[in-house]
Amino acid sequence: MPFSAEHDALRETVRDFVARELRPHADEWEAAEGFPDSVFTRMGELGLLGLRYPERYGGQGGDYFSAIVLAEEMARCGSGGVGMAISVHTEMATPPILRWGTEDQKQRYLVPAIRGEKIAALGITEPDAGSDVANIRTRAERVDGHWRINGSKLYITNGVRCDFILLVARTGSQEDGAHGITLFLVDKKLPGFSVSRKLKKLGMHSSDTAELSFNDVEVGDDAVLGEVGQGFYNLMWELQGERLIGSAGSIAAAEVAFEETLKWCKEREAFGRPIGKFQVNRHKLVDLYTEITVAKNFVYSIAERWDRDEYPVTEISMAKLLVGRVTTQVADTCLQLHGGMGYMAESGISRYFRDSRLIRIGGGTDEVMKEIIAKTALGL
Amino acid sequence: MKVVVCVKQIPDPNTTGQLDPTTHLLKREGVEVVLDPGDEFGVEAGLQLVEAQGGEVTVVSMGPERGVDAVRKALAMGAAKGVLISDDALRGSDALTTARVLAAAIRREGFDLVITATESTDGYTGVVPQMIAELLDVPAVTFAKTLEVDGTTLKVKRQTEAGFDLVESALPAVVSVTAGVNEPRYPSLKGIMGAKSKPLDRLTPGDLGLDGAGGGTAGQGITGVEPAPQRAAGSIVKDDGEGYKLIADFLAEKKVI
Repeated sequence: MPFSAEHDALRETVRDFVARELRPHADEWEAAEGFPDSVFTRMGELGLLGLRYPERYGGQGGDYFSAIVLAEEMARCGSGGVGMAISVHTEMATPPILRWGTEDQKQRYLVPAIRGEKIAALGITEPDAGSDVANIRTRAERVDGHWRINGSKLYITNGVRCDFILLVARTGSQEDGAHGITLFLVDKKLPGFSVSRKLKKLGMHSSDTAELSFNDVEVGDDAVLGEVGQGFYNLMWELQGERLIGSAGSIAAAEVAFEETLKWCKEREAFGRPIGKFQVNRHKLVDLYTEITVAKNFVYSIAERWDRDEYPVTEISMAKLLVGRVTTQVADTCLQLHGGMGYMAESGISRYFRDSRLIRIGGGTDEVMKEIIAKTALGL
Repeated sequence: MKVVVCVKQIPDPNTTGQLDPTTHLLKREGVEVVLDPGDEFGVEAGLQLVEAQGGEVTVVSMGPERGVDAVRKALAMGAAKGVLISDDALRGSDALTTARVLAAAIRREGFDLVITATESTDGYTGVVPQMIAELLDVPAVTFAKTLEVDGTTLKVKRQTEAGFDLVESALPAVVSVTAGVNEPRYPSLKGIMGAKSKPLDRLTPGDLGLDGAGGGTAGQGITGVEPAPQRAAGSIVKDDGEGYKLIADFLAEKKVI
């Protein structure tokens, strides 16, 4: 196992925190379609937003598996949107700042993000481009030594509440494609940066998801993250981390749903015996258990390589594809085994059914994963 | 200020405890074990005191080898040093033996204040804190719902059935704290990593000069265990419009009303 005694102790800390301070509020937050910002500040206070960031920026100095522990235990909080919002903050929007940010950017964004005082969002998808990142239309034009940003971003997690966004914008011409893209760190409070609307979703109800608009938002060179024109390539690196942590969190959520279903199958009786004792159901449970175990261990094997700073693009794409497939099967089978109860809105399993569907779309669709694998591994 | 906190590793209170059918002792092998949640309040209280006034917290525990995990958790929370006393002869120790071992270890460390829970969440004897105080020849202040130290004076709000008493005691002393005296912190990853390099003494009763019966070995023994008697079936009142009378009569008979 990739986990040490220290990881186990960290797991106990996160599990206690989740059980005491998040789980009791899950139903309320789902109904309200949002959870309070104080979750970020509290998690920052506990060091949970900087587990694998260096101590000099207020992090805890842990390895990648400490981030996996967090993602896995957040899957126990009863509301998929909370874990996702935290994951976007700690594992998607901020790692590029550590990797390419100037010292000033690290002090202005990374340090307060680790403390939970500034909430981060990541702006890639637009009304006309998502998986096709090279085709984005949000533009940053050079005007009088500044950058003037115009455009809009869609499906942005933490979009309503964020303090800043890691924004993907075009600085070259549309014909430049992937070569003309740059990353910016943009403060939400700047004039021209506004939330167009908060979006309603199939699942992940507690997470805030927004459409954002940028009208003549002016930023200086100090807002450019990494080099001008390198944004696409840097974003590809970010997406690997996003897909990997998303896979880890999703397979953990599948495991939680499985555990709950197993318990249900041992308790719920039909025709004089627990429903789990019927061979047809027992075999279904065995299939799920096997597939979850295999997928989880595949994710761990890639996480070990990611932790060594390797760049296993093919395997990360395969992991996300596999986890999506297993997740769909777990969600459908677990709901079926719960019968009428599973179909009720208030049941945890129906919430999981809704929340879990996202992994096959977010961070690049199944189809994009397959295209990557075809290109990188099969030469097709 | 030197604060010593007594801690214990116990079977996870969220699981159902099992007794060994031959020894009648609580099964500790093959079950999930945790730092007694009641002890987390004591560790937190000690840490808050030394953070405000300087000094350090040492945690002392008696238990099997794996009890080291409970001590480590306290170290991860912020205690500076741990002491674990283990020996097969201590299995099933009674309260007095436990108190003797802990008192000897505490004396070896030196202390201004000893903090304990009011009782363990597995054995519930609730007498070890007072026994430790007696063996150390210092005052025992029990059931503290708040505590502060002013110079060499301990000031405590002592929980009573009616409210609380204000109790003052000179240091050194032993104080037992109730659950809810504070909000125990979660160990951070940095704390967990740091705990690995903190001093942790692993001792036997012999190291503390406690050998033989009444010293480092179990005193009382459990001769038998019987399940609590089944509750007798209650009577069911069928309400045909006059049921309230029967209930009122029943309550009157029990002198409730």
